[in-house]
Amino acid sequence: MAEDQNKILEEVTGSDYKFGFTTSIDTETIPKGLSEDVVRLISAKKNEPEFMLNYRLEAYKHWLTLKQPDWAHLNIPEINFQEIIFYAAPRTKPKYDSIDDVDPELIDTFNKLGIPLNEQKALAGVAVDAVMDSVSVKTTFKETLAEKGIIFCSISDAIKEFPDLIQKYLGSVVTYNDNYFAALNSAVFSDGSFVYIPKGVRCPLELSTYFRINAMNTGQFERTLIIADDDSYVSYLEGCTAPMRDENQLHAAIVEIVVMERAEVKYSTVQNWYPGDKNGVGGIFNFVTKRAFCKGDYSKISWTQVETGSSITWKYPSCILKGDHSVGEFYSVAVTNNYQQADTGTKMIHLGKHTKSLIVSKGVSAGKSQNSYRGLVKVSKKANDARNFSQCDSLLLGDKCGAHTFPYLEINNNTAIVEHEATTSKIGEDQIFYCNQRGLSTEDAIGLIVNGYVKEVINQLPMEFAVEAQKLLQLSLEGSVG
Amino acid sequence: MLTIKNLHAKIDDKEILRGINLTIKPGEIHAIMGPNGSGKSTLSAVLTGNDKFEVTEGDIIFNGKNLMDLSPEDRSREGMFLSFQYPVEIPGVSMTNFMRTAINEHRKYKGEPPMSASDFLKLMREKKKLVEIDSNLTNRSVNEGFSGGEKKKNEIFQMAMLEPKLSILDETDSGLDIDALRIVANGVNKLKSPERSTIVITHYQRLLDYIVPDYVHVLYKGRIVRSAGKELALELEEKGYDWIKKEFED
Repeated sequence: MAEDQNKILEEVTGSDYKFGFTTSIDTETIPKGLSEDVVRLISAKKNEPEFMLNYRLEAYKHWLTLKQPDWAHLNIPEINFQEIIFYAAPRTKPKYDSIDDVDPELIDTFNKLGIPLNEQKALAGVAVDAVMDSVSVKTTFKETLAEKGIIFCSISDAIKEFPDLIQKYLGSVVTYNDNYFAALNSAVFSDGSFVYIPKGVRCPLELSTYFRINAMNTGQFERTLIIADDDSYVSYLEGCTAPMRDENQLHAAIVEIVVMERAEVKYSTVQNWYPGDKNGVGGIFNFVTKRAFCKGDYSKISWTQVETGSSITWKYPSCILKGDHSVGEFYSVAVTNNYQQADTGTKMIHLGKHTKSLIVSKGVSAGKSQNSYRGLVKVSKKANDARNFSQCDSLLLGDKCGAHTFPYLEINNNTAIVEHEATTSKIGEDQIFYCNQRGLSTEDAIGLIVNGYVKEVINQLPMEFAVEAQKLLQLSLEGSVG
Repeated sequence: MLTIKNLHAKIDDKEILRGINLTIKPGEIHAIMGPNGSGKSTLSAVLTGNDKFEVTEGDIIFNGKNLMDLSPEDRSREGMFLSFQYPVEIPGVSMTNFMRTAINEHRKYKGEPPMSASDFLKLMREKKKLVEIDSNLTNRSVNEGFSGGEKKKNEIFQMAMLEPKLSILDETDSGLDIDALRIVANGVNKLKSPERSTIVITHYQRLLDYIVPDYVHVLYKGRIVRSAGKELALELEEKGYDWIKKEFED
């Protein structure tokens, strides 16, 4: 029986990555390696104003003084930054005025990924910014949004067109000296999305950025900045994929969100970078710093993440609850299979009074993977009547994987109420057999059981993406238990 | 419908079934009785393909197909249904979603297109009424937080939905009060047809007052030691199993 189980386990874990194709498109790259000259070159390529170059150079200098962090429950091979190409862009027209100007190869690539760039064919109610390697290729529905005063464009455009907003907010939530990968990103970031929602505006569309790594040996360093002014609302979603390659590729992003009074931002991620093959060869190193600053009273940020890809994930979307009565939420599903490693969670920093935070984390580990939840709940001295509830569940498929929970609590105010619940369970053979007996294959049974287990989180996703996410979960776990 | 020939099965190294022979024709109801540990539940597990048990000898032919060649899910799709003695809970998976997936898998196997949402909901309503199951049970996650009786009713509801050719009721009466027992038995009786057969596994005569068997078999130490009409159940009720144990002591 044990042998059978192993056999099924191996079959299941041998699933294929659907998005592993490459696009052959003429790509402009700069020489590999990192130096001050490379930082200057990237800035020059993007025709940036001087303040931006100076910011990058400061970040670079600081980065040189730092060491790669090793505190996470991860086994990270040493990264040779001189072997990475820091800028790669599809070599076509620098600016697309209409969809007809976009290289058909690019349109085709995004079509294959299920992201139509043609507005007529686009998902109803979703505006997309498509980023390939280091540049934004196309942003849809820009005009529709502009009518409401909403800015949705690539960060490169924003640096040139809205320098005041950029100077004021870029680096205000995640400073360049925040951590090793933040410093690196601040020095070399290439593109990403910029969103500004004016006062009192409810964004009528879901905003979405789709990131695609295509070129070889490159790193992707994207930068996203979202500002939600007083009484505004926006729901934003990012998705990402990459080709299958034997080498590891580095992805080090920063997402900063500023939420003003009574504003609400919902940020959802479906992360499906190439996870490496079943022997752990290749895959994306996903080292991301995401943070939201709930600046205004009664502001709210809600993070939802579905993490299924990447060979290594290091990511802690955080909430700084500065405004009184502000609310932070973090819903997470992290699935690891084969040799994937994930160390992910959140930080809830309660600074304002009557602030509330909720953490729901669901880890699913299969194969020989390692899956850790790491979360900090901090209540500062002045944060009277803060409230937190954390629920961290782990589900194990098979007996060669690991699930770990590292909760940190720093409570400096005795009016706080903080609760933490954690469970670890295994998918039972009896559950699978029960499904089998009703006519479901073992793979479908696992998919169903896992989707049931993560339902609470998936329900937080915008409708269109919830269905995608469910399919993705099923795919990532194809063949993972007996 | 079902022919079992000289069936032997073991778990770990312990032989539980030691040469079972049984033939079931369409429309028949067979009761299998016997003392604890005689192999009743093992028989249902082996028939449905639970891989905890290893078949060491013998054949099972179901609808002209050798069951040993079929996976548990294919046995289900061929029309074999087990009402579990201990139905498991699947948190977060709604009964509706679960049943819809199951029905569509059955249809796919037969080369039929998936059932439309409206047809499916109609079917659910019909079958709920048939087995007198509470509407809100089907709105909940599979068996999650169900009482013992609710779980058993839910098994019968699933049976009604899947319309199996052969239903195996594994101690469906255990843990049921008399009202639940009546509802469960009514459900089974309403589903009775000349094409469908049922195996009722039970310790007690009680259930057989409601589901009247054509044949009663006594399983003891992994063999069928006695087969007769429904009067055998009454005899067992009266005399217990001791006389059988005495007769077949080895």
